[in-house]
Amino acid sequence: MSVPEAPTRPLLAVLDYGIGNLHSAHKGFSHVGADTRLTADRGLIREACGVVLPGVGAFGPCMRALRARGLDEVALDRIEAGVPFFGICIGMQMLFAGSAEAPETEGLGVFGRLVRPLPATVKRPQIQWNKLNVHREHPMLADLGDEAWVYFVHSYAPDAGEEVIATCDYGGPVTAAVARGNVWAAQFHPEKSGATGLRILSNFVAFASDAAEVAA
Amino acid sequence: MTVRAIRVIPCLDVDAGRVVKGVNFVDIRDAGDPIELAAAYDAQGADELVFLDITASSDQRDTTVQMARAVAEQVFIPFTIGGGIRTVDDARRLLMAGADKVSVMTAAIRRPILVSEISEEFGAQCCVVAIDARRVEGRDGAFEVYTHGGRTRTGIDALQWAGEVQRLGAGEILLTSMDADGTKDGFDIPLTAAVTSAVDIPVIASGGVGTLQHLVEGVTQGGADAVLAASIFHFGEYTVADAKRVLAANNVTVRPPL
Repeated sequence: MSVPEAPTRPLLAVLDYGIGNLHSAHKGFSHVGADTRLTADRGLIREACGVVLPGVGAFGPCMRALRARGLDEVALDRIEAGVPFFGICIGMQMLFAGSAEAPETEGLGVFGRLVRPLPATVKRPQIQWNKLNVHREHPMLADLGDEAWVYFVHSYAPDAGEEVIATCDYGGPVTAAVARGNVWAAQFHPEKSGATGLRILSNFVAFASDAAEVAA
Repeated sequence: MTVRAIRVIPCLDVDAGRVVKGVNFVDIRDAGDPIELAAAYDAQGADELVFLDITASSDQRDTTVQMARAVAEQVFIPFTIGGGIRTVDDARRLLMAGADKVSVMTAAIRRPILVSEISEEFGAQCCVVAIDARRVEGRDGAFEVYTHGGRTRTGIDALQWAGEVQRLGAGEILLTSMDADGTKDGFDIPLTAAVTSAVDIPVIASGGVGTLQHLVEGVTQGGADAVLAASIFHFGEYTVADAKRVLAANNVTVRPPL
């Protein structure tokens, strides 16, 4: 009698730079079937078929904590190597060149633009569910149904550019999701956005495991 | 263009990590299991959940932290834990276990700087201040802050206190009318309207909901950013999806139920 092969759970590394609650993203990816590790271990991160940069807090302290552990270089190295990479909230903002929240602190510069405050005409932070306006079809946003609502907690957002795949309306269009090549990022919290968010996380897990298969 | 989506929030009372006070909707196997209930409300379209910890003995508080961890592993919408949080360390334990926000009340009245400490350490977005208020007899439009389930007066004016906690760094106010609570006659609209106009931070209206129309009034007349209810959802009278349909029919923007 043949024993069915155990399904492989793709290894995801959630970068542990030691501040804020990084567990929620970890729990979300585990829930959708990834073998998720919250880690700062370079070896493990290099083994992973996908890398996640989560974040809750302020741009300056997060960026400094990332640098202090050398994880800025690790992140850039993985991005350059073409490994699927997902930045969430501050983790998205850190992929940009810099932020008005901490003008003296350089970002990772994967995207050339800057992160700026939400307009003064609206309550800041935006703490609510908001609807995604999809600008461009993308695997991140696959199978979300007609209307995708996701949970935002933020006071800043990146400037618009060609990498934007979705916005929300909050004092005008606000960058909600960006993607270029192997790099995906979301300003909202997919790990707190119910079934819609879990679908986004599972879209990333599928992207990471497909990429790993192609590489193998 | 700005979307301002009103949140619908079921509130669950927990004692030593178990949900208490008669949650009783049809398809629940274990009415005391916070995970099962949270998942059921998530499926109905709840935008957030509030767990109110009524655990009397402080040596059982760890069960609440364990509950937060278990809920965060299984349910992927934001949730707040309130009750018995006295220090930044209490808040830290719950937030690191996976709670998105903590709600403080009595400890903030005793030591208002606690609000700033939590807000500075973890961000205003996870610092909720709960205000229980009653009308002041003979003084129209005046409200007083109470503690201990509405039994203990503080002598503090509710509107001034609301302004003060905003100044101290609260990200949100959970406002309960102790006059309306349990009546099913609807929110105390004058109280809700007074507090929502006194502050810029979001206000969750609570206390008195008996019908879905009451939820609409809390938003359209009270100016609430979110509406919280317990019994109308727990006993299966209405689902969160029902609530959202009625709000939407009254031109209130909500995240549609899935």
